[in-house]
This record gives sequence, structure tokens and C-alpha cells, in this order.
Amino acid sequence: MFAKTARGDWLLFAIFTAVVLAAPILFAPIGAGYPDLLQKFAIYGLFAIGFNILFGLTGYLSFGHAAFLGVGSYATVWMFKLLSMNVLPAVVVSVVLAGLFALLIGYVSLRRSGIYFSILTLAFAEMSYKLAYSVLTPITNGETGLQVRNLAKAGVVNFQHGDLRILDRAFGVVEHGVPMSNLFGIKMSGWPGFYFCAAALIIGFFIAMRISRSSFGMMLRAIKSNQNRLNYTGVNTRPYLLAAFVISGMYAGMAGALLAVTDPLAGAERMQWTASGEVVLMTIMGGAGTLLGPVLGASVIKYFENIFSAINENVLHQVFSWLPQGVQDVVVSILSLFVGEGWHLTLGLLFMLIVIFLPGGLMEGLGRIVSLFKRGKAASDAAQNGQEA
Amino acid sequence: MSKKLINRRELIRNAAIGGAALAAPLHFVRDAHAEAYCNMPTGKTVTLGFNVPQSGPYADEGADELRAFKLAVKHLNGEGDGGMLNTFKPSSLKGNGILGKKVVFVTGDTQTKSDAARASAKRMIEKDGVVMISGGSSSGVAIAVQGLCQEAGIIFMAGLTHSNDTTGKDKKRNGFRHFFNAYMSGAALAPVLEKAYGKDRKAYHLTADYTWGWTQEESMKKFTEQIGWKTVKTVRTPVGAGDFSQYITPVLNSGADVLILNHYGKDMINSITQAVQFGLRDKVVNGKKFEIVVPLFSRLMAQGAGDAIKGVYGSTNWNWQLQDAASKAFVKSFGKEYGQPPSMAAQTCYVQTLLYANACEMAGTFSPAGVVKALEGFKFDGLGNGPTEYRAADHQCFKDVLVVRGNEKPKSKFDLLEVVEITPRAKVEYDPKIFGGELGPVNAKPC
Repeated sequence: MFAKTARGDWLLFAIFTAVVLAAPILFAPIGAGYPDLLQKFAIYGLFAIGFNILFGLTGYLSFGHAAFLGVGSYATVWMFKLLSMNVLPAVVVSVVLAGLFALLIGYVSLRRSGIYFSILTLAFAEMSYKLAYSVLTPITNGETGLQVRNLAKAGVVNFQHGDLRILDRAFGVVEHGVPMSNLFGIKMSGWPGFYFCAAALIIGFFIAMRISRSSFGMMLRAIKSNQNRLNYTGVNTRPYLLAAFVISGMYAGMAGALLAVTDPLAGAERMQWTASGEVVLMTIMGGAGTLLGPVLGASVIKYFENIFSAINENVLHQVFSWLPQGVQDVVVSILSLFVGEGWHLTLGLLFMLIVIFLPGGLMEGLGRIVSLFKRGKAASDAAQNGQEA
Repeated sequence: MSKKLINRRELIRNAAIGGAALAAPLHFVRDAHAEAYCNMPTGKTVTLGFNVPQSGPYADEGADELRAFKLAVKHLNGEGDGGMLNTFKPSSLKGNGILGKKVVFVTGDTQTKSDAARASAKRMIEKDGVVMISGGSSSGVAIAVQGLCQEAGIIFMAGLTHSNDTTGKDKKRNGFRHFFNAYMSGAALAPVLEKAYGKDRKAYHLTADYTWGWTQEESMKKFTEQIGWKTVKTVRTPVGAGDFSQYITPVLNSGADVLILNHYGKDMINSITQAVQFGLRDKVVNGKKFEIVVPLFSRLMAQGAGDAIKGVYGSTNWNWQLQDAASKAFVKSFGKEYGQPPSMAAQTCYVQTLLYANACEMAGTFSPAGVVKALEGFKFDGLGNGPTEYRAADHQCFKDVLVVRGNEKPKSKFDLLEVVEITPRAKVEYDPKIFGGELGPVNAKPC
């Protein structure tokens, strides 16, 4: 869609920034203009962008990225409990921890490629999930989820009853009611939270764009197209792969941190294989290897999860109230299969259609529309030229 | 590597676009703040949010809760036969909605996961503008959503949640629970178990691995050990495990003669069915017949477990076969609407909705500050549980507890539990301080 020049990139980046910042207005007509959902768009968009650096560029399909998301969330909530409700230290520590965790898992998993790599990452993620769910419950609080609590009274170190927050205490921060995550006093839920996530998404997008256009990105693409050839020419691909894996792990850690920033609670289900699968769906649906695709895919899936699942028969009856009673009942009973609890069905159908007809994801669809437009314009231009000649 | 191809004119233009985009939404946000408290209803309707599990191991309970909510809304709006609106006293409800505003509702699926539950609760608060959220069926979810409601400044009326933590160490000023808890179950069950099975028993616990399971295990251990039972072992099992055979096999050779299943919903149906299939109930250990106890019992679970529950003891918040006027009125109007009797989950959700509406009428406002004040220490009757009080110290309802047993000879497919004993309120009461935690201040700030 955009020419692969520096100028095209800047244009893409400017438009992306504008769309993200204007999202509260742009998404309002489709019922998505409220902070929580837009936060989810931004957070999962960031997650998918990071995933795409690994999968889209190197072709290595990781089925365990949710583990890093979970690590990021847990680390953030623990920083809230130990240091401060200010989000900056929490976010930094989470990204670093997720990166270290990715280094560990990547070092082992990247010894294999293809399906073996996928299975290894899946195994690691499931292990992390089970650990968080029932073994490490003192750290993760298991199924109940890790939450922030009010400050403990001096001397109490039982985290069941109160948190420490050393920095907040040192600065004499006074808490009223439930402790809220904040950025130097600006609360991180609602719209300010969205703009924090949006800023992270824009920065993440910019970094991904620079990576993808750099010689490092070129190397990653070379790995995808033919790793053997690189090996034969004497290039050691492992460090490149590991770097890509760690970078994408850090993106996931950042996304996990943002989830906890906007809502200070971390649950083990964030690490489950379904969450890992979800980011694969997002990336493929949007268009693997493209810059915008993952964000689009993430938004579509989160939109379905939140909006379609909330439509019930009453709403459908209201929408189709202009139809005669009998017809209305039939239409509603058919459509209600696809909304509410049935939103997975709709998403599945959409995913099938996209994979079958648009293997390049939504970005391919967009590209086709644009080229159709251009071709039409080019043809009419040619016709005009012909007439003039 | 990259040439800087952005010139000054472009930079200024982009900055202007970006700045305008940044500023525009703030304009809308500021407007939204022109209210006295979060989601103040200004139109002719007031919106309530019902957040229940529609998928996952507690989906059956969730479906029944939703039926009860819909019925409650109908009755509040003056449609149908009024149900318990007619028996509830002291009642300020008029059957014309709440404070003259028609009640409408939105629903959400918690998926029995804290994350999903909070996402759907946030949607209700931020998009649909609800003033109250009710629902539950998992204490983990209830605690997570209760915290969220406290942060946002709306009221949370807990549905089915049985963990001691909900009104114990995780209690919040904006949250209220009508349902009983694990401590009360233990206190009510222990004397009945002593009478039925004696003082010399060895118990083995299988426990759902989250806040509810933990606190129920703790309470059951405490009260059974008080009557002289020994605890052989406690094993934690993941929620929604499906297959419990790996946890049940070790019970056979553990030397225990009672299995206490701290499971709920489909988990309990699966674990008790498998325990019976493994022949646990036909075994004789230490010269005594092996027994199974399910501390938290519901008719929906009994329906799922079939013959396996016959003769099994448990406790319940309410049963549709109770013969007081309120229960009869509720069962009648629920039965007329849906063709089946309500479960205890349905009853607690229906009652909570009525109690919230009544508190708004009493306070003359939807503001959490007024509602909290009206509900704290509120004493009422005629909602199926006899005289009940919302204790001000921890927002927990205190009332009689039912001890039930799986019916040996059911007369219908709903006649599955028989009430063995009604334990009076005084026997299950406790000092609110034992669980720690603080209610904190009421949050009635605009959101």
C-alpha cells in the first residue's frame, strides 16, 4: 500500500499515530469508543506487533508467547506491591524480566526449527501456566489472581493482608481506598490509561518499523526465505534468531505490563495456550510480516470478544423490530447463534474466510482494494491520455 | 542508514494533526464528568449489569442466575405476578422501577475467569453506564469484580460466592453479599456430621485450587477437627480439571474413611461421579462405611450428578422446597416463567437485585454513598431465608443455614435434596475481625 521508502514509512507512521490518537472518536460509531476496549486494542496490538517480529520476519512460529505476557503482568503487580503504584518502575522491570525469560526459553527452543520449535515453546508456556496456576501459588495467588492491597501496617510482612510499597512510603504517598496505578499522580485507568497504552503502541510500532527496515530485519527475512543458504555462506543465524525472540518476548512483557497497569490484577489464564494461540490468530488474520496487520488483527479479535459476545436476543429483537413478527423471530433465532456465546463461531468463520480467500490477511484485502482503486484510476488516466493524443 | 526525509513543513502539519486528535477526545471526557457520582442515571431508565458465567465449569449456575435477574427486573418494573416483592418487608418498592426509573439491564460472560469478568464489568461501567453490577458463581471472579467496582465507584451485589474472603480479607465498602459462606457451612455441617458419622473419622479433602476452595477447606478442617475428626490429607485440584481420577485413586489407600469434596459446579459433578465409580461409597475402611461430604451443595449439581449424590450431606443457602410464603411465591413465579424451580444461585441473585432496588428507594438516590448507608445493618424478612441482617461490619448477610442430604427416593426430577436441619443464625455467627481485611471508605466519586 505504501511504497517501501523512508518517505512512505514516515507517512505510514504519521497516519498510524493520528488514527491511534483519534481512536476514541473514530471507534465510537461502532460501539468501541470506550477506554477499556481501546486499551485492549492498543495492548494486544503491541503484543501482536512483537509477535510479528519473530513470526512475520523469521517465520519461526512460537506457540508460547503468552508466557511472556504473564511474566510481564505478574512482575508489574509485584512491583506495585513492593515498590510503588507509579507505573514506570513496574513497566521497566517487567520488560527486562520478560526479556530475560525469553532469553532462557529462546536459548533452548531455538536449537530446533519448524514444528519442533513450536512444540518446545508450547511446552514451556504450558509449564509456566501450570506453575503459576498451582505450584507457585505463594507468588501468583493461583486461580484467584494476584492483586494489590492496601498498605500494610508497619512491621507486617504478610502479603495476604497488606503491601509494602517501599518507594511510596519513602515519599510519603497517602492512599485512600483501593490503591490505583498512576503515572506521577495521573490515574492509569480510563482515558489516561488508554493514552499511556497508545503511546506505548506508537513507540512499539516505530521500533518495529525501524527493525523491519534495518539490515538486521533483512537478515531475519533471509532466515525466513532460506536458512540453509545463510548457513552455507558462513552466517551464524542463531544470534539473530535469539535477538528476534528476545525482542518479541520483551514486546509481550510490555503488553503484559500494560494489562496490569490499566487493571492491577494478574491471573494465570493469561499464560494459557489459548492466549498464545490468540496472538497467532491475530497476526495471521491481520497479515503476518506486515507492519499494520497485527494491530488490525488484534483489534478485530478483541472487538468480537467484547462487542459481539455482549449482543443478546433482546438486542437483536430491537434491531429487527421493523420486520413482521414471524420473520423477525426466524431471523433473530438464526442470528443469535452467531452472537452472545456464539461469538467464537462468527470469529471462526471470519478466520476461515480470510485464510482461504486472503492468505495475506486483512492487509492483503486492503492492498487489493487499493490496487483496484489505483488500476481503475490508471485505466481512466490512460483513456484520457488516449483521447488527448 | 536512514535519510531524514521529513521536512519542517511536514513536521508542523503532522504535529498539528496529532495535537488536534489528542485534544478532541479530552473534550468528550470533560463532559462525562458533569455528574455527582459514577454513571448517575439522567434519563428515564436505570441500567443494571449482570455479569455471570455463561461458559466454563460454573455455566449451569450462571444460566440460572441470569433467569433470576431477568425475573427480578420484570417484577421491579411491575410486570408479572410480583414474586417476592409481595412478601418482602420492610419494603419501599413500588413496582414502578427504581425511584420511578424503568429498570433495564445488560449482561456479560465472565467465562469463570477473573480477566474476562473484569473486562466485561469494565464494558458495563464504561460503555453501558451501569450503577450496579451483580453476579458471580466463582469467588475468585466475585472478589476481582468487587475490587473493580470499588475502584470505579459503583455498587457490587455479589451473587453466588461462598469464599470467606469475599466479605473477609477482601471485603470492600461498595460490595455486599447475601449468600452464606464457607465458615457458616462448616459450623452448620459439623454437628450433623457428628450425629450421622460419629466422632472418630479420618477425612481426606479434595479442594478446588482458588480462594473459595482454600477457605472452605480451612473452615471444614477447623469444624470437623473440633468434633474429633482427623484430617489425613488435603489435595488441591485445578478448577475445571474435568478428570479427577488421578486425585481419587490415592484416596483409596490413604486410610481415610470420609472424602470431603470442596468442589463446585461441573467439577463437583465430575469428581463425585468418579468417586462413586471407583467404588468409594461401597468400601468399608477402619470398620466404618466410607462416606462422601459435599459442603456446598446445589440442586443444579445434584441434577448433574444423578444417583451419585443419594445420601450425601451438604449445606445450602436456600432450597425451593421450603414452605414459607416467600419461597413459595418465588418458586411459583419462577416456575411459571421458566417451567422449572429456581436454584439457590437464582434465589440469591433475585434477592440481591431486590435488596439493591429497595436500598435505592430508601436512600432516595442511586449514589453509592446512600445505598451503602441504607444497606448497612438493614434487617429484613420475607425473602425466603427468614429474618436476615446485612451486618454493617463486613457487609455479610446473617441468616439460618440449611443442612441438606441427597434424596434417596426423589419424587420428581427436581426433588433431589431433603432439608435435614435448619441451623439457626446464632450458631453460625462469628466475629468479623477473625478474617482480617478492611472495608475502607465508600467510593461515590464520579468516574
